[in-house]
Amino acid sequence: MPTTIEGLLALPWAALTVIVPLAAALLAVPLGVRAVRLGVPIAVLGIAVAALAAAAVFTQGTTVQALGGWDAPLGIRLHVDGLSGALLVMTAVVAGAVMLASRSLFRSASGGETRAGFAFWPLLLFVWAGMNAVFVSADLFNLYVALELLTLAAVALVALEGRPETLAAAMRYLTFALLGSLAYLLGVVLLYVGYGTLDMQLLRALAQPDQLTVAAAALMTAGLMAKTALFPLHAWLPPAHAGAPAPASALLSALVVKASFYIIIRLWFDVLPTAATEELTLLMGVLGGIAIVYGSVLALRQNRLKLIVAYSTVAQLGYLFLMFPLAGGVGAVQPWAAAAWSGGIFHALAHAPAKAAMFLAAGVMAQAVGHDRLEGLRGIAHALPLCVFTFALSSVSIMGLPPSGGFTAKYLLLTAALAGGAWWAAGVILLGGLLAAAYLFRVLNLTLVETDGRQPLTPVARAPQVVALLLAIVSILLGLLSDLPFEFLQLGRPAVAAEGLA
Amino acid sequence: MTSPMVFSVCAAAIIGIGVYGFIAHNNLVRRILAFNLIGSGIFLLFGGLTQGLPESAADPVPQAMVITGIVVALAATSLALTLTVRLFEVTGRPFMPEEEPADDADHH
Repeated sequence: MPTTIEGLLALPWAALTVIVPLAAALLAVPLGVRAVRLGVPIAVLGIAVAALAAAAVFTQGTTVQALGGWDAPLGIRLHVDGLSGALLVMTAVVAGAVMLASRSLFRSASGGETRAGFAFWPLLLFVWAGMNAVFVSADLFNLYVALELLTLAAVALVALEGRPETLAAAMRYLTFALLGSLAYLLGVVLLYVGYGTLDMQLLRALAQPDQLTVAAAALMTAGLMAKTALFPLHAWLPPAHAGAPAPASALLSALVVKASFYIIIRLWFDVLPTAATEELTLLMGVLGGIAIVYGSVLALRQNRLKLIVAYSTVAQLGYLFLMFPLAGGVGAVQPWAAAAWSGGIFHALAHAPAKAAMFLAAGVMAQAVGHDRLEGLRGIAHALPLCVFTFALSSVSIMGLPPSGGFTAKYLLLTAALAGGAWWAAGVILLGGLLAAAYLFRVLNLTLVETDGRQPLTPVARAPQVVALLLAIVSILLGLLSDLPFEFLQLGRPAVAAEGLA
Repeated sequence: MTSPMVFSVCAAAIIGIGVYGFIAHNNLVRRILAFNLIGSGIFLLFGGLTQGLPESAADPVPQAMVITGIVVALAATSLALTLTVRLFEVTGRPFMPEEEPADDADHH
């Protein structure tokens, strides 16, 4: 047994971040509805394991682990650096919070077993395990398997309620996801044919920007964009994220779409930086810019709360892709590249707790009213002040107002865009913030109006509201205390240029 | 023609037929079949392009990956078929709700 802190940190935390939720998921299947008892212990354990994996990176730098003692290229390596560590912690916080918020849900009136109550816990834990497996994988094929585990669990979460429209939404999600994985797999095959290895570090040393490599990278990126719901491959997201039960929506919108985005980052920044031509990175950035405007405009036009939040995800995902033209390829040597890279990643981190809080609060409001059409929210702040406060607090981060995590991310992206002379990107960032304010204030205004004689609300549990508030507070704290996560992100970066921020 | 060439041409044809089937048909069962066809084409390409010279042994890594890929495709197929069956039970049609059965003239 380890007796010192160094000994404790030397344990295989990377493997444990996958093992703990995976084992809990398998345990949850025979437990059925009683799996609800796993909620608190597994949430605490999962957050602790992710925190220790991150602490190991913090003290010792990038940790690499060869499973079974077999090193690459024969074996499968697990790899945790600052980026993976930060995303592991983000996933643990959001997934753990969703577990705590869901304990009162899916309880049937008779106390018997419901299908949703039975399937929710294993699926949630499979999503958590799949996310962690993506973040610790150091091998492109391993990433494929992890991403598939994640996708299949996520699609099943969408279909949880079994209504015709959610079944159709799940089927559409699955169609996009399957085509996306085939494109990714074809790219993986081409890279293996070209280089005889799929280990990311070995590929980085070997890869040349030739036709085969660029074709493979393009196929993989297109497939991953479909899974990240980047415009114009976003059509599956709003019905799927709005149709799932609120805790599942929180997981899907806050976490699942970030896994495929993470692989795109790894691909273009770590594995094939030389293949990232100016045209390719500009295309990704422009698609991201269109996603911001288009998603926000559509969010303004929705009349259902969960659809507004889901279209807001389409828009917010666009910001992530603005970092490619600013920091990728030839731009990587520019002084503003570090700000753009950190801003993009910081946005991925900050969006997660804010969007999870927003979906959980929206779920509680919809549960109280009985539907999520906007007219039902009139004056709801008097009955559910905590929920509306949570929604407002997470809106601050989504709009990018100081002092939230969303502000830090957008500010970094904006400074990089201005320094790099990318005026279009700067304009889109500002416009996206204004549009976000418009569609979120539209909801908040409605909840705050004075009404008399509104219908009685269904009583709602307190726990989900408190958990949602805590997540919203996390999204604000990320802005107030952004130094530590910011430094942490830079650990293990191949080419760090944090000085460029000044 | 060398043997990797034969395999790649066949794989390209299978992938092409699969992509056509995926786009041209909106019966969900046919789409799932088309997905499997594309997957098989990719696996064939993987095995065909990475085989060694005739006298040397085949590379075991692609074989292991193809087997894993088949398992993943099986899991995805079973989930897709389950969703299709449920959709058929609640709507009475194996199509996405907003799509008309335009191409499937053969009634079963």
